[in-house]
Amino acid sequence: MPATRTLPTREAADLIDLTRALASKELAPRAAEAESEERFPRDVFLTLGRAGLLGLPYPEEYGGGAQPYEVYLQVLEEIATVWSSVAVGVSVHALSCYGLAAYGTEEQRREWLPDMLGGELLGAYCLSEPHAGSDPAAMRTRAVRDGDHYVLNGAKAWTTHGGHADFYTVMARTSDHRTRGISCFLIPADTPGLTAAPPERKMGLTGSTTATMHLEDVRVPVHRRIGEEGQGLAIALSSLDSGRLGIAAVATGLAQGALDHAVRYAQERETFGKPIIEHQGLAFVLADMAAAVESARATTLAAARLRDHGLPFTAEASVAKLVATDNAMKVTTDAVQVLGGYGYTRDFPVERYMREAKVMQIFEGTNQIQRMVISRTLTRPGRGGITVVGE
Amino acid sequence: MNIVVCVKQVPDTATERKLRPDDKTLDRDAVDGVVNELDEYAVEEALRLKEAHGGEVTVLTMGPAKATETIRKALAMGADKAVHLSDDALHGSDALSTSYAMAQALKKIGFDLVILGSESTDARTGVLAAMLAERLGAPQLTLARKVEVNGSAIAIERITDYGYDKVEATLPAVVSVVEKINEPRYPSFKGIMAAKKKPVEALGIADASVDASAVGLAAAYSEVAEFAAAPPRAAGTIVKDEGDGGVKAADFLASKKFI
Ligand SMILES: Cc1cc2nc3c(=O)[nH]c(=O)nc-3n(C[C@H](O)[C@H](O)[C@H](O)COP(=O)(O)OP(=O)(O)OC[C@H]3O[C@@H](n4cnc5c(N)ncnc54)[C@H](O)[C@@H]3O)c2cc1C
Ligand SMILES: Cc1cc2nc3c(=O)[nH]c(=O)nc-3n(C[C@H](O)[C@H](O)[C@H](O)COP(=O)(O)OP(=O)(O)OC[C@H]3O[C@@H](n4cnc5c(N)ncnc54)[C@H](O)[C@@H]3O)c2cc1C
Repeated sequence: MPATRTLPTREAADLIDLTRALASKELAPRAAEAESEERFPRDVFLTLGRAGLLGLPYPEEYGGGAQPYEVYLQVLEEIATVWSSVAVGVSVHALSCYGLAAYGTEEQRREWLPDMLGGELLGAYCLSEPHAGSDPAAMRTRAVRDGDHYVLNGAKAWTTHGGHADFYTVMARTSDHRTRGISCFLIPADTPGLTAAPPERKMGLTGSTTATMHLEDVRVPVHRRIGEEGQGLAIALSSLDSGRLGIAAVATGLAQGALDHAVRYAQERETFGKPIIEHQGLAFVLADMAAAVESARATTLAAARLRDHGLPFTAEASVAKLVATDNAMKVTTDAVQVLGGYGYTRDFPVERYMREAKVMQIFEGTNQIQRMVISRTLTRPGRGGITVVGE
Repeated sequence: MNIVVCVKQVPDTATERKLRPDDKTLDRDAVDGVVNELDEYAVEEALRLKEAHGGEVTVLTMGPAKATETIRKALAMGADKAVHLSDDALHGSDALSTSYAMAQALKKIGFDLVILGSESTDARTGVLAAMLAERLGAPQLTLARKVEVNGSAIAIERITDYGYDKVEATLPAVVSVVEKINEPRYPSFKGIMAAKKKPVEALGIADASVDASAVGLAAAYSEVAEFAAAPPRAAGTIVKDEGDGGVKAADFLASKKFI
């Protein structure tokens, strides 16, 4: 059963309808095969892009869908219910557009954003390095000014869409200052010197390519720097606030998908003369799964609404990412349990869902890092405020 | 070219469909309404003809208020405007009176070409195209798997049991389509947003010059006398192949009079 949703507008409801149609007819039939063959489904992103699903949370004047996060995240969730690699891709694409949309000059936005949001192009976001994941300020990739260009050298690890993307939002060091020595660049894929290493061989999410991007004397015009020199880490981290909401929604959708499979199976499989869902011990497992999915959704959408109202949401985004991804891990693990031995085989999708859930606890800030972000806000002044919205 | 596509809202075939116990008509409130599947092909064909020859695509729906959902979907796909024929007096109309009311609306809208699905998934009479053509005095080109328009000439490939017939006529005409004709497009989110601004004209029966005594349950020539829930599907028969599987399967088919 798909999730029950309330949406703020009729067009948002129609958008969810459209997403469900695309998910069930275009995505679901291909997911299992592409995942087992570890094939990146570039054409699926074209289908989504042409339907307008790759620019939803960005302004209409630059070709976006002008949708609030409350709506955009529910679209992501619907995609993730059938294919989380694709939902992660949509979220990472939005993440890679964020720097330009939020920090670019008007001229830069007019020049590049419409193409980036138009659906034909796919983006990637390069922050992590082999030795600098949780601590991105330890990065070493350098951008050295040379006339009206920067010359970039180094390696960005774990790049989702690495080798397939059309543009790369790359953070690189422009000075030695640990946090204020990093700048953000928007680099077209065909720039000489930018190459992808062979993809990582992962435990799950195998339909999503992850690769190290090597930068060797990559010359980037100065006008492709987003924001001020030294503003890069701030841009990267504020991108991640929104990106984490995306991952929370993806994890929620993934868990919903696992729950749906488990409930369907539990109605059909019989032991001791009745369907296993009629054994209370098993029904309660399913009930806990449903409660976990619903609380993930509620937490994620609550954070989204803060963002939509222009209120601070960093800590809430971390809470959502933590709760939704931990819940997804639990729910997908239990889904395997519900299917018993069959759940442990590759003939059913739940073991794949379980492998996919694991990475959600790791990327866009591990769940330890989310706890770090949350705990830091606990002692901050200004808590307990009451804000009126919607008047 | 002025094209009108007839689009019907039907209950989702994936859900359990019910008749109302009181007047034995379809309970349209009980289930989600969706666009009759073949009508998406009709809309797609209309849009392709418009893209090739220019003109305008108007959606015509006869149905209760809820049918606006269906209109929005067709507009989001790219139709230009819509006419919603809706009136309590139309409730319970049979195929004859439906065709009368829709023909009246079509005369008011004006058309060079009317495109329908060849059959709905709820009533499945498959007669509407023929009835409309008769009432409009226009040639009927039904069961089309291909449509070609050249000036005022129209030609279709009409599917048959053995292949296809080529049928030609002069516009204005009525065409019904089968699912082989095309692959309907998905609406895009831009289309969904644009649909909000497209005109939807609401017509009551008086606006369409429909005589109230000729439509609705009371005027219907056919009547649903009785109905019962479909029996649950019986468990299948499993034939184990012990060298004679083919014979057993054939015997089974023969027992059901399939062969
Ligand atoms: C499939 C996949 C896709 C990815 N896509 C991208 C991408 O598109 N772009 C990108 O930039 N990056 C991407 N990443 C990288 C990802 O964000 C990092 O892997 C993640 O931030 C963790 O960094 P790390 O792997 O270096 O782990 P480490 O930082 O080495 O952490 C190792 C362990 O130590 C814990 N730890 C670290 N510091 C602390 C601390 N202070 N307190 C408590 N515990 C701590 C961590 O939680 C973790 O458990 C991707 C990763 C994967 C697996
Ligand atoms: C379960 C059921 C059984 C019925 N049985 C009978 C019966 O035996 N005899 C009878 O006379 N009536 C019957 N009706 C009434 C019938 O539904 C209506 O008359 C209907 O509007 C036309 O019939 P159809 O849907 O079968 O049309 P079809 O000829 O099967 O539909 C072909 C095309 O006509 C167009 N179209 C049909 N209806 C509309 C509409 N309302 N608005 C816009 N376009 C439309 C669509 O393009 C559709 O694809 C029945 C209805 C139901 C729900």
